[in-house]
Amino acid sequence: MRKQLCDALVARTAGAASSRMVFLTGDLGFMALEPLQQALGARFINAGVAEQNMISVAAGLARQNLEVWVYSIAPFCYARPFEQIRNDITFHNLPVKLIGNGGGYGYGVMGPTHHAIEDYGVLLTLPNMSVYVPVFDQDMDAVIARAGASSRPAYIRMGRGEPPGGYAVPAYAPWRQLTGGGGAVVITVGPLAGTYIAAFERLPAKSRPNLWAVAELPLEQNPMPAELVSQIEQASSLCVAEEHVRRGGFGSELLLHLADKNIAVRRFRHLYARAHHFERYGSQHFLRRQSALDVDSMLAIL
Amino acid sequence: MTGIKKLTAKHFSAARKRLLQMHFESGVGHIGGNLSALDAMLVVFHEYLSGEDKFILSKGHSAGALYTTLWSLGRLNEQDLKQFHQDDTLLAAHPPAQGIEDIQFATGSLGHGLSLAAGTALAFKLKGNATRVVCLTSDGEWQEGSTWEALIFACHHRLFNLTVMVDHNNLQGFGSTAEVASMSPLWDRLQGFDVDVQIIDGHDPDAIRTALEGESKRLRVIVLRTVKGHGVSFMENRMEWHYLPLSEDQFKTAIEEIERKEVGLK
Repeated sequence: MRKQLCDALVARTAGAASSRMVFLTGDLGFMALEPLQQALGARFINAGVAEQNMISVAAGLARQNLEVWVYSIAPFCYARPFEQIRNDITFHNLPVKLIGNGGGYGYGVMGPTHHAIEDYGVLLTLPNMSVYVPVFDQDMDAVIARAGASSRPAYIRMGRGEPPGGYAVPAYAPWRQLTGGGGAVVITVGPLAGTYIAAFERLPAKSRPNLWAVAELPLEQNPMPAELVSQIEQASSLCVAEEHVRRGGFGSELLLHLADKNIAVRRFRHLYARAHHFERYGSQHFLRRQSALDVDSMLAIL
Repeated sequence: MTGIKKLTAKHFSAARKRLLQMHFESGVGHIGGNLSALDAMLVVFHEYLSGEDKFILSKGHSAGALYTTLWSLGRLNEQDLKQFHQDDTLLAAHPPAQGIEDIQFATGSLGHGLSLAAGTALAFKLKGNATRVVCLTSDGEWQEGSTWEALIFACHHRLFNLTVMVDHNNLQGFGSTAEVASMSPLWDRLQGFDVDVQIIDGHDPDAIRTALEGESKRLRVIVLRTVKGHGVSFMENRMEWHYLPLSEDQFKTAIEEIERKEVGLK
């Protein structure tokens, strides 16, 4: 999604917000963000390997009404400078946009220091925060436009779109139904959705899951569509799959939300990131298998 | 900012007494570090800042001195100061996030202010205007790595519209700065960067004025050699006044001492 991110931001430099845009990177973006650097000139700032300072500088810039985007590898963007995000950005409701690359297990064999599997959970504990988790690469234009138009601070968890070959990616929406049938309701967060589409489409219509992808959190800012609520009420089973730890994840938020609305769930299953690291390291696909987030594990629990 | 063009000794004395009264009436400590920072804040607000210039208090625990300074400017009133530390107040122990125009950021966790100030100064530089920013840090705060990150950033981006002041009173939360994590002398460490370091008496208004005069072609750092609890002899250089509130007797004694010194002041 880095190319799409860069293209979307470069396009934005030609728009109404152009004179107010500032982009900060924590010394990342080689072979990816050079066009943005060229487009922004002095307003493209490599803040160096100093993430705490970068976040507070972003708050200082935003306090003076500049439109500030901050980019790093996901954990360096939110975990190291968490207090700066909390105190300096969210306590003042400054609309700084944090972009974390490689959400979930995206950095795979790079190891647990580079994984971001508690990102949106911890960030959504903060006041005013919005989270965007684009599902497909093509979503990035809309995500940048929507985040840029928002008056709230935001975190964009970038991954890698994983649609099956030949799949016609549907236009961006905060909620999208990707497969339909008479089976369980499955809700996924971000790109993980794409990994299930082909397998679900091969199932008979009678048992094929209603697969939904959510791309914006929290639910208070992005209510569930009525059709999804109706499907949950009628379904025999509800499953949430997310590349995020269980505590603070979307699964628990969804269940609390349903409980508040007095919507009963007959059977709930949760697939989630089970550990920051396992005995052996490996790719994102390997780590998903270790966490039972892979297609076979999904089919087994359904 | 509309302040007094040149503060007199009586102005400093009046502010000191009002600060003590506010802390006494609210039963609140943190007095020592407020008294060490007050003189510099008064000079900065009354005589240096103008127009859209910004002040960022990195040592948020000196909010009392900031509120007193804003009171001396007429930006806060008597009733406001009576609300210090009370329920339903804007005047918390550390600067609030919203509600007071002259306060840019809710500080209190050390190591944030200089980065916030650098971002603010960078914003003005990018906009091409001459607005200036002053940031007041503590001395213990230079043990925070993020403060050095900010200094590196401010130097690299040549933020000459930013002035950094250090309230160097030598005492921190649980010991002296020399005992806890010595960088003594701090100015030697600072001079390793591309900065214009001045070391002055932080209670001498003329020295503060002179240090702030003119423009620098390097980032300006003013190390204020100050005394924790300045102006009240039983508080001076004593760590307990980082924490303790004043008893009624102590308050009276402190005010009497300040008023004795006022005799003959201009």
